[in-house]
Amino acid sequence: MEAVKQGSATIGLKSKTHAVLVALKRAQSDLIAHQKKIEKISPHIGISISGLTSDARSLGNYMRSECMHHEFLFNTRLPVSRLVAAVGDKTQTPTQRYGRRPFGVGILVAGFDEKGPHIYQTCPSANYYNCKAMAIGSRSQSARTYLERHLNEFADCTPEELVRHGLTALRETLPSEQELSVKNCSVAVVGEGQDLVAYEDEQVSIFLDLLEEKRSSRNVPAPQQQEAGQVGELPGLVPPVSGQPREDEEQPMDM
Amino acid sequence: MSMTEVHRQASVGPKQHRFEPYAFNGGNILAVAGGDFAVVASDTRLSQGFMIHTRDHPKAVQLTANTVLAQSGFEGDSLTLKKHVQMRIGMYEHNHGKTPSTSAIAAMISKMLYYKRFFPYYVYNIVAGLDNEGKGCVYSYDPVGSYEREQYRAAGAANELLQPLLDNQIGFKNMSEAGPPLSKERAIQLCIDCFISAAERDITTGDCVLIQVIDKDGVETKKFPLRRD
Repeated sequence: MEAVKQGSATIGLKSKTHAVLVALKRAQSDLIAHQKKIEKISPHIGISISGLTSDARSLGNYMRSECMHHEFLFNTRLPVSRLVAAVGDKTQTPTQRYGRRPFGVGILVAGFDEKGPHIYQTCPSANYYNCKAMAIGSRSQSARTYLERHLNEFADCTPEELVRHGLTALRETLPSEQELSVKNCSVAVVGEGQDLVAYEDEQVSIFLDLLEEKRSSRNVPAPQQQEAGQVGELPGLVPPVSGQPREDEEQPMDM
Repeated sequence: MSMTEVHRQASVGPKQHRFEPYAFNGGNILAVAGGDFAVVASDTRLSQGFMIHTRDHPKAVQLTANTVLAQSGFEGDSLTLKKHVQMRIGMYEHNHGKTPSTSAIAAMISKMLYYKRFFPYYVYNIVAGLDNEGKGCVYSYDPVGSYEREQYRAAGAANELLQPLLDNQIGFKNMSEAGPPLSKERAIQLCIDCFISAAERDITTGDCVLIQVIDKDGVETKKFPLRRD
């Protein structure tokens, strides 16, 4: 669970017809490429991860082979709920066996099947939740607050509006000196009549441009992030207020 | 052999009956590679003996944006092999992040066929598409995976009728003067003519021929009717 909380933030939300994932990619240093967060599992399912990347890869491969196997046998797409249940079953085993450790990764699954769009969250505890919208990762509480506030608007959004909501929520999770850019953002969209498309690097700029228009009407960030005491308009020059913890001093474990 | 001799051959000695794992479902496939295109033609009749199962069962499937797999032989093995190939292409895309090239698919199919060397897929495959340079390519196989890149190949029930025709018209074999390089329209017309001739003489070929033209813009599909008798 700690691993998930220390991974960088990722958000999933859905409307009546589409499901969307946005993720903040973290780079350990300037020398290293930003860690990929969003992976395509099958044409109708994508995932976004937070936590131990290696565990996520292993689960991702498992999910891919489950989807493929189902399509091979039954010539239809695996319903999202069944895939998530299979992941839950697989990740439960190491929580109850001697000598094994749980999978240290939280996954947001976005998928579209006959029942419509879905967002599921899985945890290292092997629990999984069907969500209307969800944010996981470090500093994701402010994103969750944003999602809760705007929950009623999502159902009728177009995919672009959903992504814009997602990116706005994602921005809430950033420390004040960082901004969303094509380098640290990725987006994935899946829905009715549209197989999963993942946007990385330059392709994300179309969505970031949508965000630019709303920059002036950006919401005041949630109280937690104001603890450090914002000084005037200058980003970056935020003096630590003694006695209060600064959230961005946490050492990220991975991701 | 005279008629009486043939009869005696069939009934002499005890005969052990076993389950026959293969069936022959007939039909023909044909592929031609051009300068920047490839054409695949397959008839759509599925038959067994003197029975027709269906008149509308294409024998070629598009694997990727620029590769088509055509198969002829035993339909059960055809179907399974096709599904296996599609799964492996899916895994390739997940592992490598890109679609496999035609030559990669061709090599992979050869391996998959040889894996079953001692209980083969009874399928005659042809893989056609564009190679990495955008030129047309055709790969033909035997049932256990021996494969070769060629300019044209016919396979299936009437391949002995069609292959010489292609040798003459496309390969200009043993002719004093070669003709002009193959254009797309001529290749398509030639494929249709081949199938019309095959339908004349081979009982398992007929109904409809499906022509798939692969070029840089993708795969275009056309259908032409054939004799239905």
